Amino acid sequence: MSIDPSPSATWSKLESRAKLLRQVRAFFDDRGFLEVETPLLAPEVVLDTHIEPIATANPTGDARDAMNSSPAWFLQSSPEAHMKRLLAAGAPPIYQISRCFRRGELGPMHNPEFTMLEWYRPGDTMEQGIALLADLAAEMLGAADVYRTSYSDAFLHHAGFDPLEIDDPSLGEVAAEIVGAEASRTMSRDDQLNLVLVERVEPHLGHEAPEIVFHYPASQAALARLSTVDRRVAERFELYCQGIEVANGYCELLDPRELRERMQREATRRVESGLPTLPLPEKLLAAMQRGLPPCSGVALGFDRLVMLAAGVASIGEVLAFPAERA
Amino acid sequence: MSVYNTSDFRKGLKVQIDGDPFLMIECNFVKPGKGVAFYKCKLRNLLKGTVLDRTYKAGQTLEGADITEITAQFLYQQAKTFVFMDTETYEQYELTEEQVDDAWKYLKEAMECQLMLYNNNPIALTPPNHVVLKIEYCEPAVKGNTATNVTKPVKVETGAEIMCPAFVEQGEYIRVDTRTGDYLERAKAEDA
Repeated sequence: MSIDPSPSATWSKLESRAKLLRQVRAFFDDRGFLEVETPLLAPEVVLDTHIEPIATANPTGDARDAMNSSPAWFLQSSPEAHMKRLLAAGAPPIYQISRCFRRGELGPMHNPEFTMLEWYRPGDTMEQGIALLADLAAEMLGAADVYRTSYSDAFLHHAGFDPLEIDDPSLGEVAAEIVGAEASRTMSRDDQLNLVLVERVEPHLGHEAPEIVFHYPASQAALARLSTVDRRVAERFELYCQGIEVANGYCELLDPRELRERMQREATRRVESGLPTLPLPEKLLAAMQRGLPPCSGVALGFDRLVMLAAGVASIGEVLAFPAERA
Repeated sequence: MSVYNTSDFRKGLKVQIDGDPFLMIECNFVKPGKGVAFYKCKLRNLLKGTVLDRTYKAGQTLEGADITEITAQFLYQQAKTFVFMDTETYEQYELTEEQVDDAWKYLKEAMECQLMLYNNNPIALTPPNHVVLKIEYCEPAVKGNTATNVTKPVKVETGAEIMCPAFVEQGEYIRVDTRTGDYLERAKAEDA
């Protein structure tokens, strides 16, 4: 078999990519954000059952010792933990354009190594976080308007039920229509909601204008704080364009005890799913113990933004060398 | 038979669903940033030709289908049965008219085709992409007309009718694309 060493993206797509990088930097520089860089390789990660970091050799160890005795380090799945440690140390508004690594994520919208644009602004409420994300989306994609839709309304409109109210058996039936009864029974309530989301809701979001969906169920809060008005929902929001999930934002959880509980829940779920055990993010927890200022933050898949700006359907068209050519 | 996990899913995989063999013609990894991964697949039923849309949760499995592809030579047709022979094992296989489908238009004796076997029974036939056929009958060529956009029906040696440019003549040979059924160009007798 012959080896094909050529890149998969055309020069014009790589030019679009470079141009968008400049635009993004200008956007944040104009607003007084500080660009930062944090480690790609670290001994801890933020735990998530559905996000698999890539373990590597311990960089402080001896190469002759292979990976045996010193604990693994991890290529970071997101710069979140380190950026929050900067915020706890008194950072101004910060942004970062960094590589992230997620094992097993390969498809038209996914590459195991990708570029994340992530930012945090101290003092921001969820509404202010949404407004900043909307400004960025409008400017980068040339949109006149950005829609705002609650998670509940998105489901009511496109899937025909209220995701916060539907009882378990009814939701199970909807999931069974899509994956069959047997598979549906093995899924948690949140897995079933996510199934309906990708199958019936997401494809319809953000076609007329970029659309920000907010108030995800409390059980899908991740690192967002819960709403003080409606405890069923978290102050988590996502940006959708052309049916594609582009960004995920939180009004950030500040309580380290609550975060430790959530991380332990994820650790338990990981064990139940047969996934490798990961260390808890103790340094992030320690920083939050000192005090994370109230803030909102957003992680945006930069490659997908380039795809949208360039009008292409596959991530390989905006990467010089996607995983299969790396 | 082998069992495939979602992480093995890819285009071209042959799997068994509800008792029928399917070919995976599309497989898309979809995953909400904060949720479980799914695989949205399109599968073609290899017996019925119908297309099925199925979504699988990461970690689900599908049984592999016992599908093999062999090179087989067309021997002869007897009534509604087409007989082929595996060029390696000399084993003979019989296909029905339905299984041969449109491919009869291109079948000439001794032609080598691809035969798909399911549990060692033939289910589909693929002739070579290009075949050369002799024109058995057609209306005389229109003098001076060399345009390819003016066409006429032409009867070839297999009995099939192919649309050809008006300039081809009876007794000539033509090259045909079996995937589209389109005339490609004039050919020589020695290519046939």
